[in-house]
Amino acid sequence: MVYLMIKELSPCADEVIIVTSSLMKDMNSRTDMYRANAIRVLCRITDGTLLTQIERYLKQAIVDKNPVVASAALVSGIHLLQTNPEIVKRWSNEVQEAVQSRAALVQFHALALLHQIRQNDRLAVSKLVTSLTKGTVRSPLAQCLLIRYTSQVIRESGVNTQSGDRPFYDYLEGCLRHKAEMVIFEAARAITELSGVTTRELTPAITVLQLFLSSSKPVLRFAAVRTLNKVAMSHPMAVTNCNIDMESLISDQNRSIATLAITTLLKTGNESSVDRLMKQITNFMSDIADEFKIVVVEAIRSLCLKFPLKYRSLMNFLSNILREEGGFEYKKAIVDSIVILIRDIPDAKESGLLHLCEFIEDCEFTYLSTQILHFLGNEGPKTSDPSKYIRYIYNRVILENATVRASAVSTLAKFGAMIDSLKPRIFILLRRCLFDNDDEVRDRATLYLNTLGGDGSVVETDKDVKEFLFGSLDIPLTNMETSLKNYIQNPSEEPFEINSVPREVKSQPLAEKKAPGKKPTGLGTPLTGPTPVGDTYERLLSSIPEFASFGKLFKSSGPVELTEAETEYAVNVIKHIFDRHVVFQYNCSNTIPEQLLENVFVIVDASEAEEFSEVGSKPLKTLPYDTPGQTFVAFEKPEGFPSVGKFSNVLRFAVKEVDPSTGEAEDDGVEDEYQLEDFEVVAADYMVKVGVSNFRNAWESMGPDFERIDEYGLGPRESLAESVNAVISLLGMQPCEGTEVVPSNSRSHSCLLSGVYIGNVKVLVRLSFGIDASKEVAMKLAVRSEDENVSDAIHVIVAGG
Amino acid sequence: METCPSVKNILLLDSEGKRIAVKYYSDDWPTNNAKEAFEKAVFNKTQKTNARTEAEITMLENNILVYKFVQDLYFYVTGGEDENEIILAAVLQGFFDAVGILLRGNVDKREALENLDLILLCIDEIVDGGIILETDANSIATKVASNSVDAGAPLSEQTISQALATAREHLARSLLK
Repeated sequence: MVYLMIKELSPCADEVIIVTSSLMKDMNSRTDMYRANAIRVLCRITDGTLLTQIERYLKQAIVDKNPVVASAALVSGIHLLQTNPEIVKRWSNEVQEAVQSRAALVQFHALALLHQIRQNDRLAVSKLVTSLTKGTVRSPLAQCLLIRYTSQVIRESGVNTQSGDRPFYDYLEGCLRHKAEMVIFEAARAITELSGVTTRELTPAITVLQLFLSSSKPVLRFAAVRTLNKVAMSHPMAVTNCNIDMESLISDQNRSIATLAITTLLKTGNESSVDRLMKQITNFMSDIADEFKIVVVEAIRSLCLKFPLKYRSLMNFLSNILREEGGFEYKKAIVDSIVILIRDIPDAKESGLLHLCEFIEDCEFTYLSTQILHFLGNEGPKTSDPSKYIRYIYNRVILENATVRASAVSTLAKFGAMIDSLKPRIFILLRRCLFDNDDEVRDRATLYLNTLGGDGSVVETDKDVKEFLFGSLDIPLTNMETSLKNYIQNPSEEPFEINSVPREVKSQPLAEKKAPGKKPTGLGTPLTGPTPVGDTYERLLSSIPEFASFGKLFKSSGPVELTEAETEYAVNVIKHIFDRHVVFQYNCSNTIPEQLLENVFVIVDASEAEEFSEVGSKPLKTLPYDTPGQTFVAFEKPEGFPSVGKFSNVLRFAVKEVDPSTGEAEDDGVEDEYQLEDFEVVAADYMVKVGVSNFRNAWESMGPDFERIDEYGLGPRESLAESVNAVISLLGMQPCEGTEVVPSNSRSHSCLLSGVYIGNVKVLVRLSFGIDASKEVAMKLAVRSEDENVSDAIHVIVAGG
Repeated sequence: METCPSVKNILLLDSEGKRIAVKYYSDDWPTNNAKEAFEKAVFNKTQKTNARTEAEITMLENNILVYKFVQDLYFYVTGGEDENEIILAAVLQGFFDAVGILLRGNVDKREALENLDLILLCIDEIVDGGIILETDANSIATKVASNSVDAGAPLSEQTISQALATAREHLARSLLK
C-alpha cells in the first residue's frame, strides 16, 4: 500500500532521499513483490542522476527469473524512455534477452520496449519483426503488438510493390486463424488498413469479421461493424457479402452497433436495396438519440448523391423526419442535406424547395428559417414557376419574428429583382412591409422599393442595382470591422471608402496560436500541409489585381523546395504558367519565434533566362512566426513558346525582433537578405498530364499529318526502367494503360504517353526502348499532335534533355 | 499509432454514478472537474443499458468505453478510438474477475468500500501508467493478496481459523439479507 501512496504523491527526487534509500534496499529484498513494486515506484519518482545509480539493479531485474519483477522493470523502462532515452537505450541487450523469455507477459513488455528503443531505425524494426514472426510468441497481447509492428514495416517498406504479395502478408493471414479473438481481430483490422489493399487480400479478413458480426458478445459485434464501416468507405464492393448479417444488426439492443450497421448498409447498398433500407430506417429513427440521427442523415445524403435516380423516396424520407421532433443540430443537418441534394440533382429542385417551404411554416429555429429563406431567394427565381413560393415567403413576413421578417423581405425583393413579370405584385407586398413594427424590416423594404424602381413599371432591373443589392461581399469581415472602427475613431472629411479596406486576411497574432500542442511546433507549420490545389490557385491568383489580366491559368507545378530542411526560413516555389506570363508564387515560412519579417519580397535574377522579362511583383507585408505567407513575382514571355530558363533568387526583408513572451515586435527593423536555391523552368512545366483511356483510338484519330518520328541513343544507363522513368519525367506527360511499368529483365519496352501542351494542344507520344548487353539504350520517339510546331518542340525537348 | 495497447482510465462507480475507485492514465481530463464531468457523462450514457451478462461497449467523445455491471457496482474501462476493443474487453474482464476473487464473491458496494485498499491495489496491478501489466484475474488477485499488509499469506494458504472466520462472515451476511 505504501508503494501506492508514494506513487500518488510522486515528489521529486531531491526531497525524498530517505524514501529512495529505503526503496533501493527493498529492490534487493527477498520478497519478489516488494522488489517489483519498489522498482516501479523508484522509476516514477527518479531523475537522471539517481537513475544511473540504480541502473545496475534495473538491468539485473530485466533478466530476473521472476516474471513479475522483469515485467515491472520493463514497463518502467518504457515510461523512462520518454525522459531519459539514452540510459534506457543502453539496456537493449538485456531487453533482447528478455524477448526470448518463456513468460508470456515478459515477452510482451520486452517487445514493446525494444520497439520503442529502436523505433527510428527502420532496418532494426524490420529485423525484429522478421525474427519474431518465425519464432514463437507466447501471449496474445504480444501477438497484437507484433501485428501492429508488422503493418508498420509493410507500410514503410513498399510504396510500389507491384509484383506479387507484400512481405509479411502471409503472417497476417495466418494470424486470422489464431485462438485468441483479440489477435484475430487485430490481424483483420491491420489487413483492412493496409494502403492500396486489393479485394483478394481483403476477402479473408472480411470473412472473419463477418463471423464476428453474429457473435453473442456485443464487444465483438461492435468491433466488427466499426471496421467494416471503415472498409465500406473505400471498398464497398467487398463488404456486400455481409449485408444480410448487418441487416439483422439494425435491431440490435446496443444502439451504437445498430447505427454503425445502418450507416454501413447505406454505403454499400445498391439501388434495389435502397427502398427496403428506407422502410427499416423509418422504424429505427425514433429509437435513437440525436447524435446518431445526424450520422444517419449524413449517410443518407451520400447515398442519394450516389444514386440520383432514387431522390424521390430519399427526399420524402428526409422531409418526413424534418417534421418530427428534434434538436437544432439534427434539423440543421437535415436542411443542409436537402440543400445539397437540390444543388446537385436538378430534378429534385422543385420538390425539394416545396418541402423546405412547408418546413419553414412551423420551424422553431430562427437561424434555419433565415437560411432557408436566403436559399429560396437564390434558387426560387430560377425555377419554372416562381410565383408559388411567394405565398410561403409572404406568410413569413406576416407571422414570424423580426429576424425572419427581415429575411423574408430580402427574399421577396430578390424575386422581384430577378423576375420582372412579378415586379408589380412584389411592390404591393413590399409597400405593406413599410408599416412593420421593426426598424430593420422597414429599412429594408424602403431600400428595395427605391432601388428597384417603385413606380411599378415593368423594366429590366439595372445590372448595377442587382449587383449592389445582392452581390456578395468579397472583403473579409474582420478587416471591414477594423477599418470601420478606425474610421469612427478618426473622423475625417472624406466619406468612408469601401475599397480602402485591405483584402488580405491578417495572420493571427502569436498569443492566439497557443494550440493544445501535443506535437512540437519547433519547425513551424509544414508548408506542404495547407497548400491549395488546382482551382484554388486560380482563385488566389485572380484575386490579386495585378495578375488578373493574365488570362486563364494553364498549369501550376508542385512546390519546389528552395531551402534545406530545418533552416531559419523555409521557402518553396510554385510555378504558375499562363499563355504569355509566368508567375512564381513563393510560399515562405518563418521558423524563428523571436523574429517578425516585414515587407518580404524576392529578387529574381533572370540573367540565365533570356526570354523572360520581369513584369511585376507582389511583396508580402508581414511574416510572423509559424504562419506561412506568399509573395509573387511575374514574368512575361513570348506567347505559346516553351521558354526555359534558370532563376536564382534572394529573399529580401526587414526583420524585427519579437519578444516571445508578449508577442510584440519592436519598432525598427533591420534590412536583411537570405540566399535561396536556384530553380528552373523546364519544358515539362508546359505540359499537363492528361490520360486517355484508349490510346489506340486516340492515336488513329489524331492522324499522321503532324507526326514526327526520330531515333535517339540514350547512352549507357542503369536499367531500362530507369531510362523510361527519366524520359517520362523529362516530358511531363501521363503514361497510359499502365505502360510506365517495365517488367524486370526485359530487353525492350513500349511506352504510351499523352498530355496537353500549352495552347491546349493534345499530344500523344509512342516510345520504343531497347537495351542491349552493354547497357546502351536506344529509343524511338513518335509524336502525334494537332500542331506540327508542338511535335517539333517535343523532339527538341528530348534531344536537349 | 504503433504504440503499445494503452488504457486511458479505469473507473468503478456506484449505482448513482458517484466514484468508488478511479484511476486516470491520460491527460485528456486535466482537472478534477473535467474528470467528474466525464464520469457523469459516462454514467448517463450507460445507466439505461443492461451490461450484466456480457460486457457492453459504446463510444463517447472519441473514446471507446467497455463496461460491465454487477449488483450496484459499475465497472468501466476506457481507451482511445483506435484501440483494439477486444484488448480493452480483456482488461475489463480481468479487473472484474479479480475484484470478484478479492471480495470473495460478495461484489457489492459495501464490500468494495470496506476493502477499498484491495481494489486500489488491484487497479494498480492491472495497468501501470497506461500500459497493460496483466489481464489474468488469478495472477492479479495473487499479487494483490501478497501485497496487502493485512493478509500476510496468499489466499490459497489461509489457515483453518481464518477459513472458519470467513465462513461465519458469509453465513451472517446471507442471514441478514
